[in-house]
Amino acid sequence: MKILVPVKRVVDANVKVRVKPDQSGVELANVKMSMNPFDEISVEEAVRLKEKGVATEIVVVSVGPAQAQETLRTALAMGADRGILITADGPTESLGVAKLLAKVAAEEQPGLIILGKQAIDDDANQTGQMLAALLGWGQGTFASKVEPSADKVAVTREIDGGLETVELKLPAVVTTDLRLNEPRYASLPNIMKAKAKPIANKTPADYGVDLTPRLTTLKVSEPPKRSAGIKVKTVDELVEKLKSAGVIA
Amino acid sequence: MSVLVLAEHDNASLKDATLNAVSAARALAGFAGGEVHVLVAGSGAQGAADAAAKVEGVSKVLLADDAAYGDALAENVAPLVAGLLANYDAFLAPATSRGKNIAPRVAALLDVAQVSEILSVESADTFTRPIYAGNAIATVQSSDAKKVITVRGTAFPKAAASGGSASVEAVSGAADSGLSSFKGAELTQSARPELTGAKIIVSGGRALGSGEAFTQYIDPLADKLGAAVGASRAAVDAGYVPNDYQVGQTGKIVAPELYVAVGISGAIQHLAGMKDSKVIVAINKDEEAPIFQVADYGLVGDLFQLVPELTSKL
Ligand SMILES: Cc1cc2nc3c(=O)[nH]c(=O)nc-3n(C[C@H](O)[C@H](O)[C@H](O)COP(=O)(O)OP(=O)(O)OC[C@H]3O[C@@H](n4cnc5c(N)ncnc54)[C@H](O)[C@@H]3O)c2cc1C
Ligand SMILES: Cc1cc2nc3c(=O)[nH]c(=O)nc-3n(C[C@H](O)[C@H](O)[C@H](O)COP(=O)(O)OP(=O)(O)OC[C@H]3O[C@@H](n4cnc5c(N)ncnc54)[C@H](O)[C@@H]3O)c2cc1C
Repeated sequence: MKILVPVKRVVDANVKVRVKPDQSGVELANVKMSMNPFDEISVEEAVRLKEKGVATEIVVVSVGPAQAQETLRTALAMGADRGILITADGPTESLGVAKLLAKVAAEEQPGLIILGKQAIDDDANQTGQMLAALLGWGQGTFASKVEPSADKVAVTREIDGGLETVELKLPAVVTTDLRLNEPRYASLPNIMKAKAKPIANKTPADYGVDLTPRLTTLKVSEPPKRSAGIKVKTVDELVEKLKSAGVIA
Repeated sequence: MSVLVLAEHDNASLKDATLNAVSAARALAGFAGGEVHVLVAGSGAQGAADAAAKVEGVSKVLLADDAAYGDALAENVAPLVAGLLANYDAFLAPATSRGKNIAPRVAALLDVAQVSEILSVESADTFTRPIYAGNAIATVQSSDAKKVITVRGTAFPKAAASGGSASVEAVSGAADSGLSSFKGAELTQSARPELTGAKIIVSGGRALGSGEAFTQYIDPLADKLGAAVGASRAAVDAGYVPNDYQVGQTGKIVAPELYVAVGISGAIQHLAGMKDSKVIVAINKDEEAPIFQVADYGLVGDLFQLVPELTSKL
């Protein structure tokens, strides 16, 4: 079974972004970029399935600026076999990305597509679900366990009340949650080897997909600031403060 | 502007997240004097539909009652919603794990860009939403003829659960897609309030060191306060508590009256889930911990000593 893993280049999780003074967006110049952490989990899952002999080939795909090539190289160093870079300048919305991924899926015919549950920049949490809808496939979102068999995959999902398990007909879409696995670090020899792995360069036009945005960002502003309060010295003082604030009886 | 709201329910009763979404729907419908309808898709869900009919501001309840909708499988529910939306201008779902699973599937079926986790309704087509773990708020305008939206519960008040008298109308859809089936659930059993609706939350972090320590230190404090128990990702990853306890950017978003963070450092991703709480208390032995930058009351010291003392003095 072939596995397709879409990976997104995002601002690193450790960066605290700043809103631009003119409110046109956030400051992205000279900010550290990384692979979306959920996508590392997706790549790791695919690589483990290949190591178990379930997957035969792992194809990673990214939609974004030319530098998204680095993100693909990271995935190749973790164990993916080849990459597809769809270069898109300017904003790409989840719906447009999902349409491109649906075209890639039609070409590549994967048995499983593993995405992250959300990208930590836009926090949209929608691309996988949209892709599943466009393909008419089942979706196992927020996965903490993925167990493929011959023509089905059982997916254990992290939901508000705990966990639930669904069974999906293959091919299917899975989106990963934090507890699915702990992604490996690529070893130096594998980073070197990844440089020789192929990456195909494409454009949205190659797939005939129109990426015209449906959403316009009118402005980006700072959230209301919370000012730091006070340090209390003792538990008694804390109890008294909470009582006078009216939050405990 | 007529708006359809997806009910969050367990067939017998309605979950509070529905009430927050109804408030957002009323704000949206208000821009053009339209109605708010609620869809209850379930199996044996008359109870939930009757409860939805009593919610203030709801003028009609659509009840799709079929075994195929009992487990809220997105593959079955999304086409039902997409069909019903022929008669509506907007679809709103609570940003719960269920809403987040279903709404984007609906959006794609209708070729609409979803607006995720809105914080406010600015006009009939303009909304605010958090990006970058809540470190920025984007104001976005949708050019789609129909809107598909998920609603962050903490940003909208709950509509009154009584006072309404909507009619309940049966609807149906294609039911079973044949793509997926429900195999079972392991739900966390707890007599405590639900995390997202709780007035008080006590959360523990990595510092607890074990599940036993949660039981020994966090639970008694939560019991004294009538609080729900939450956790940082580190505590969940380490297996001290179940996954559904996680508060944060990629867990649950909460905004209680009182949030007590015990042995939690205050990473950006954790703050994203709780910084809209009314009063925040932090107990941490490191006086430089970032959590103190958002805490109203900070107590520096060893939790294993301070938490039992606090519990005994309440
Ligand atoms: C330079 C730039 C500027 C932007 N400006 C705006 C703007 O002003 N307004 C706006 O609304 N949007 C903007 N976006 C796009 C915004 O980031 C999109 O909404 C995003 O592509 C999809 O949403 P998400 O990343 O939150 O998806 P989610 O649904 O949260 O992502 C889930 C998963 O989908 C997959 N995925 C998502 N995107 C990609 C991708 N590009 N390539 C491969 N896999 C992917 C990944 O597996 C990811 O884990 C911009 C993007 C770029 C690159
Ligand atoms: C993609 C991604 C998503 C994430 N999503 C989330 C999320 O949704 N929610 C979330 O919480 N995190 C999330 N994180 C993780 C986050 O970055 C932090 O790693 C995590 O919140 C740390 O948890 P913690 O504060 O319990 O642990 P630590 O950061 O290790 O902090 C422990 C704290 O306990 C204090 N302490 C130690 N011993 C004692 C004692 N005896 N008494 C008192 N204090 C003590 C220490 O001083 C320290 O401040 C995410 C990370 C990534 C990359």
